[in-house]
Amino acid sequence: MKYRNNFLREVEANVEEGEWVKRCMQCGVCAGSCPLGPHWEHPPQEIFMMIRAGKREEVLGSDSMWMCTSCYNCIARCPRELPITHIMHGLAHYATRLGLVSENQQTNKFAQRFWNNLTKKGRVNELKLGLSLYFMNGIPEGIKTSLKMQKVGLGMWKTKRMDPMEILGGHGCKDTSGLQAMLKKASEIEAAKKVKV
Amino acid sequence: MAKEYSYYPGCSSQKGASSSNQLRSTQAICDVLGIKLNEIPDWNCCSASIGYAGGGELPRLALSARNIALSEKHHPNQDVVATCAACWLATRETNDRLTENKELFAETNEALKEAGLVFNGQKKVRHMVEVLIEDIGFEEMGSHVKKPLEGIKIAGYVGCQTNRPFGINGESFENPMYLDKMVETLGADSIPDYDKKVACCGGALMFSEPEKSQALVKEILESAHDSGADMIVTPCPVCQMNTEVYQDAINAKYGTKFNMPSVYYSTLMSVAYGQTAEQAALSGQVIRATKLEEIADK
Ligand code: SF4
Ligand code: SF4
Repeated sequence: MKYRNNFLREVEANVEEGEWVKRCMQCGVCAGSCPLGPHWEHPPQEIFMMIRAGKREEVLGSDSMWMCTSCYNCIARCPRELPITHIMHGLAHYATRLGLVSENQQTNKFAQRFWNNLTKKGRVNELKLGLSLYFMNGIPEGIKTSLKMQKVGLGMWKTKRMDPMEILGGHGCKDTSGLQAMLKKASEIEAAKKVKV
Repeated sequence: MAKEYSYYPGCSSQKGASSSNQLRSTQAICDVLGIKLNEIPDWNCCSASIGYAGGGELPRLALSARNIALSEKHHPNQDVVATCAACWLATRETNDRLTENKELFAETNEALKEAGLVFNGQKKVRHMVEVLIEDIGFEEMGSHVKKPLEGIKIAGYVGCQTNRPFGINGESFENPMYLDKMVETLGADSIPDYDKKVACCGGALMFSEPEKSQALVKEILESAHDSGADMIVTPCPVCQMNTEVYQDAINAKYGTKFNMPSVYYSTLMSVAYGQTAEQAALSGQVIRATKLEEIADK
């Protein structure tokens, strides 16, 4: 079997909930549902059509699915009950795995940092995540963002909703080794099921 | 006798984290209502709805399955309860998907074995609001009101993930009424046709796409302001933070003059129940809720 010429089958095999794509009837309801709609170059409806048309590079290299705010409007409304949110996350994850995401994709950078942060100790350290986020576009940019966000940070600190001491370690699970072994196993099981393209 | 639940607090409610004030006020009202929240021992992050760049489907499912498995082990016969919308969504979705899909069930358990745990699928995963509505009821919630929140007009901002894809039992996706009912139960005035009730605040994209997300929040605030609201109430930690802490930035960009407090329902309830400002976590407001402070100090 060859997958190279059949992007739909590749998506079905390798993308979370990808087997649903062919059930889309192109009604357009989801396209009008995204809160950041104007910023989607290709709304979900169009993405599904492009997958069927075999537009692999255009879909996986697109910024569009990174505009998903996980609002679940689409899922609540789709007449065919497609898990659209999951497919958008799945495409974003697959594009990341294949290294097809543009270096400047901000949500990709943030999402990657979020995952790295949480898998380290099993819980998110908001302070470290926040700081790594401000500096994710380099140091000069980071200083600019930090200054811009100073007031927000100060407000959070004063109301005890941010703890500067978190920088020294902070919250975490006790059984981090078990948690990490579990995640490693889960990744292995998943990788073994992917079809090579 | 206290009603007991297996409680999943989530990362942002930890001490010194962004929604620690939600945890504090929730504990305060639970004391009044005879609810005992037993924290799931050694719980981990659910990866919210933003972990997907780094984490695949199975690793993400395994995270929530670990929490449920810990709950099954340590708190048998207690429903899992979460206060955070994203925590609830991720945990409930994992529970549903693993019990419906034998393959995912087996694979997740293979991964869980590495952590010495088993997921059996014996649990119900519920939102704190469901516990309040279904197990306590509006009548009892109202019976504890000592200081009705008279004369305060409150926009009930439900947001996304407490409402979709699951939502609170018996409510519609487009116009859920429970938050308005809670507001009325506490003696305040609700705005049932608040037209941004279920609109999106940008969620986690507030961090990566701040300008675009702040434009969404601006509309939520505008609509609350134009409906005559004194404050916004919400069940969701992300909604709360996004509608509160960026108002300065929005004012600077758009020339608006927002200074609209955004509080949790638990803070409202705690004040109405006659508890102290400390118990209601009013000190956690970046934009102070002065009308509530006045009632709490009375
Ligand atoms: S709402 Fe559903 S069926 Fe309609 S275009 Fe979107 S995915 Fe396809
Ligand atoms: S969940 Fe994502 S894809 Fe669905 S309507 Fe919201 S932003 Fe669009």
